[in-house]
Amino acid sequence: MSNDQKPVLKARGIVKRYGRVTALDHADFDLYPGEVLAVIGDNGAGKSSLIKALSGAISVDEGTIELDGKPIGFTSPMEAREAGIETVYQNLALSPALSIADNMFMGRELRRKGFMGKYFGALDHAEMQRLARKKLSDLGLMTIQNINQAVETLSGGQRQGVAVARAAAFGSRVVIMDEPTAALGVKESRRVLDLIADVKSRGMPIVLISHNMPHVFEVADRIHVHRLGKRLCTINPDDYSMSDAVAFMTGAKEAPGMDDAA
Amino acid sequence: MSDHAQTSRQKQDFEQTLESSDSSVAQFEHKQRNLFDSVQHFLHGNPTMVPIIVLVFSIVIFGFVAGAKFFSPFNLSLIMQQVSVIGILAAAQSLVILTAGIDLSVGAIMVLMSVIMGQLAITLGVPAPLAIAIGCVGGIAAGAMNGFLVTRIKLPPFIVTLGTWNIFFALNLWLSGAQSIRSQTLDEIAPLLKFFGESIAFGGARITYGSILMLVVFGVLWYILNHTSWGRHVYAIGDDKEAAELSGIRTNRTLIMVYGLAGLVCGIAAWASIGRVGSVSPQSFQEANLQSITAVVIGGISLFGGRGSIIGPLIGALIVGVFNSGLRLAGVDVLWQVFAIGWLTIIAVAIDQWIRKVSA
Repeated sequence: MSNDQKPVLKARGIVKRYGRVTALDHADFDLYPGEVLAVIGDNGAGKSSLIKALSGAISVDEGTIELDGKPIGFTSPMEAREAGIETVYQNLALSPALSIADNMFMGRELRRKGFMGKYFGALDHAEMQRLARKKLSDLGLMTIQNINQAVETLSGGQRQGVAVARAAAFGSRVVIMDEPTAALGVKESRRVLDLIADVKSRGMPIVLISHNMPHVFEVADRIHVHRLGKRLCTINPDDYSMSDAVAFMTGAKEAPGMDDAA
Repeated sequence: MSDHAQTSRQKQDFEQTLESSDSSVAQFEHKQRNLFDSVQHFLHGNPTMVPIIVLVFSIVIFGFVAGAKFFSPFNLSLIMQQVSVIGILAAAQSLVILTAGIDLSVGAIMVLMSVIMGQLAITLGVPAPLAIAIGCVGGIAAGAMNGFLVTRIKLPPFIVTLGTWNIFFALNLWLSGAQSIRSQTLDEIAPLLKFFGESIAFGGARITYGSILMLVVFGVLWYILNHTSWGRHVYAIGDDKEAAELSGIRTNRTLIMVYGLAGLVCGIAAWASIGRVGSVSPQSFQEANLQSITAVVIGGISLFGGRGSIIGPLIGALIVGVFNSGLRLAGVDVLWQVFAIGWLTIIAVAIDQWIRKVSA
């Protein structure tokens, strides 16, 4: 990873306290263009708080977050989305009874052009279905036959696919994925890892939060190890083994010199 | 970008095992469906089919049992008249139930607003159109109050609307002095209040404006729910409120609007009810709350929210009307009408549970 590139998303010294608990303790974060950055850490290390701060779900007490060099201060997930940061939540945030197309455009529906759209808010169902189908086939997911099928009739992997497709379709700067393979079987995880590679190949940087070391080592370009509320180190998966990573994460082994810390 | 060429680091046992594991991509199997599964899938995709089938069957059966009288245009238009007020209330109820809530106060809002319209027009001499408008705005306010308590004070809809049901009923008795406003008085001072009781004769049928109003209310709500973003958000909130929130929907604001819109529809129902009854009666429609829920449930809208079409409750209300009319024409005691509707409600919910269990 070359360090002369500017980070897309950068955080410096961010702090988040919940009462007397400090979830983020002057944490730093860097995401470079086009890379898959995995974030690993023990339970309670502050991974979720870090991701929530980046995706606008919480606002930080101290520190700065910059997107393309411009400071940002999101107060809601909606603002982060408008800035081009899309998040695939662990629970996917899909509405099971609604169709695939409805879910993909939830919260940013397209209106029909002309009188009915302008004055009666008429939705352009045909266009939304067409785009949803296109986005899914772009990611090789068109084994899903019927775009108007309810999401609850899909398998776990297919649902994950819909959520990833939604993020990839609308995320213009960064896609954040929180434990995308945690609820899936071996084969379906495979599919999602391929999706991650697909999204990456289109130049979109990805933040991947995962507990699954084989998955992390397979897709990540760099690994951000989070420990005790801050970034412990960033390692290259080619230089360390999985057990090394776990050792850093749990504190069983001394961290290497940070290879790209500011 | 670093390429993933083999590196010199040593592989560990579990990594070596991984190498030999199946790396083929998941295939989505098409399993054979039997007839039972197919029916379940069809109904899952078309939730209004159950009530439509029940309506058609009940019309055919009561046609046989009750004979030609049942099919007379007069009787069929009478059924429409009889269900019009409960039908409109069921439309209001559907909005709330789609968000996984329940509104026990719809009937009380309606009667209170009809009393307000009547008192303003008759006792205070306010022009009838203004009195009606104030009643409708009052409906919005009453509904929005339910919505506020549900979203901001975070109380369960059942408790909130159980409370406001009593509050609105008490206000209604206080404002009306428990006195009805008679039909003749309305005719003299504010005949507009009785507008929806008037009808167009059409062959032997007498179609009241109230029946037409019911169809218009359902048509407008169908459009809003299916063809505007707001409508899709209502479904999403009922389905999974947290997911809707993360998708960027302002759920509490939408919920207050849902209760407010339901209140407006109750205000419209208030005007229609004056026409239907012919007078302003504070004691009328005491069971309207529960009858509206019955129509919604028979119409295939899930009490768990997010599922069902707004057209269902219209069919549900008509089914209740057809049962009552058919059994009466067949000379069956009125208690068996109530008995039949009770079973129908239970069966409707059982079918809903079964459809919801559909899997891929």
